[in-house]
Amino acid sequence: MSFLRLTHLEKTFGQNRVVKDFSLDVAKGEFISLLGPSGCGKTTVLRMVAGFETPTSGGITIDGQEVTGLKPNSRNIGMMFQAYALFPNLTVGENVAFGLKVKGVPRAARNARVAEMLKLIGLSDLIGRYPFQLSGGQQQRVALARALAPSPRVLLLDEPLSALDAKVRVSLRNEIRAIQKDLGITTIFVTHDQEEAMSISDRIVVMNAGIADQVGSPFEIYNRPTTKFVANFVGTLNTFDAKVADGRQLVIAGQTLNLPMGTALPPKGSAMAIALRPEALRLGRSEGYEAVMPATVEEVQFMGSVIRLRADVAGSKVSLDTFNRADHPPPAIGERVEISISGKDVIVLNA
Amino acid sequence: MMKSPKFWSWIAFGGGLFYFFVPLIGMFEFSLRAKRGEYSFLAYQNVLGDPQFQQTFFFSFVMAMFTIVWGVLLVTPTAFWVRLKLPQLRPVIEFITLLPLVIPPIVIVFGYIRMYNTSSFLPLTGSAMGTNILLMFGYSVLALPYLYRAVDTGLRTIDIVTLTEAAQSLGAGWITIMFRLILPNVLVAVLSGAFLTFAIVIGEYVFAALLNRPAFGPYMVWMGSNKAYEPAALAVIAFAITWACMGLIQLFTRLSKHERAKA
Repeated sequence: MSFLRLTHLEKTFGQNRVVKDFSLDVAKGEFISLLGPSGCGKTTVLRMVAGFETPTSGGITIDGQEVTGLKPNSRNIGMMFQAYALFPNLTVGENVAFGLKVKGVPRAARNARVAEMLKLIGLSDLIGRYPFQLSGGQQQRVALARALAPSPRVLLLDEPLSALDAKVRVSLRNEIRAIQKDLGITTIFVTHDQEEAMSISDRIVVMNAGIADQVGSPFEIYNRPTTKFVANFVGTLNTFDAKVADGRQLVIAGQTLNLPMGTALPPKGSAMAIALRPEALRLGRSEGYEAVMPATVEEVQFMGSVIRLRADVAGSKVSLDTFNRADHPPPAIGERVEISISGKDVIVLNA
Repeated sequence: MMKSPKFWSWIAFGGGLFYFFVPLIGMFEFSLRAKRGEYSFLAYQNVLGDPQFQQTFFFSFVMAMFTIVWGVLLVTPTAFWVRLKLPQLRPVIEFITLLPLVIPPIVIVFGYIRMYNTSSFLPLTGSAMGTNILLMFGYSVLALPYLYRAVDTGLRTIDIVTLTEAAQSLGAGWITIMFRLILPNVLVAVLSGAFLTFAIVIGEYVFAALLNRPAFGPYMVWMGSNKAYEPAALAVIAFAITWACMGLIQLFTRLSKHERAKA
């Protein structure tokens, strides 16, 4: 049975339908990311769960309890904000204790819980500091401890990493994920950063214009996007025009590809668009890659463990990722190479 | 080249200083001349020793305190609510708070006397306590432009929308948010508003005189028209109190730790 259930949520601001028929079942302890461009309604969904927005229609239940009509302060939900939102007049310890104090937890139990929470985030020695004396990353960790201290039923994260610099962002997201797994707390994470969403989520909801386009594990979302929007928004894509040939065969630039079983294809002879991830393109010939196409290297981006090439294949530009190997320098710009692809990697773009 | 703008700044500063301090020094010097042919603090002794001074000053002081508490309790939630939920109403509220600068106090006080006289539905002027309450309301109206602006500016320095939501998600209700979050964060702004309120109440004449309350303002006027040296001494004392208040605000700002972040 699902722990957090959103059923047919709708939100309209004036004439603007921001969230359209949004339904989602979240299991207890699951980490779900709402991913999408700005204005897709992901923050509105989160704010409806928090109680800061009232759904125009639809319902929200947490652990079997209907909370749609409840005020934000009686939902027992923890929340982290992009702007940290620590109380500037309170110390770190007082900030973490705030929710406990509101609940009426006695002083001794409160102090013990604050100490436990600060230990969890590794900032025990900063208990007496004020927020302005902390770095952004430290402030956001205190915000996490503050949100978790009253043992909320659900943790909501509203782009908590967006205001931090790159290195802190990665370390804090790993920390959030580790603590979340440790406590087994059901979490909804809103982000526009696909790498962030993929690296820490159990499941991702890709949102577009108020609709949940696809719900699935990061692996599914990335490798089997069901809509053109998801395919384009998550990761880089090379698109090709193809023609349907016999059976499950496609023809691209004179080369024949065999698609895996069960791929739905339009009738024979019709044109369609297919896509391939940069890492599905191989430099040179490779076993099992049935189509080989000549290409001209136009750009080489050395990114460390991965080298991204931009090449011209029969007039269209493609991206190709290959692992760096110390004994094998990347091709030079302008070099003529061969690129091979396989039918099993093809992503069929439906809509 | 660098010298000349600085030079002129100092000239302007010196001119300002001269403009403000010469009358003050003159007044101070005059207040010391109560005894013929020598300087003495006789006028100060007379003023401070006058039981009427003590009574009226105490009365106005207490009125000022009540006015500040009432004004802060009225203005802070209003300014908070307008910023949080009704930002489109801000110009309207600001206009309303400015009205006391345009409408003379005498109009307000006659309005009060007509509305709340002994034959009205709420005969506040029928008792000393009722009149004091009326006086406090009047003072808080006079203080409104300063108090509202001070609090509103204080609220601007914090992200009240997000902080309120953070507090709500932690289970806090409006009372907790108001007293644990909003008031402490605008305290220094509230204090500067409170100081202005204090100054207004201490010097106010029209309300106190027409409602016939024993306040400091009417006492100063009475003193000014009946004595020679004492009014000057009184003015110097008033200045000293004002500056002491300012010093206290500064001290308070320094002592509240989180405010240092904003400075």
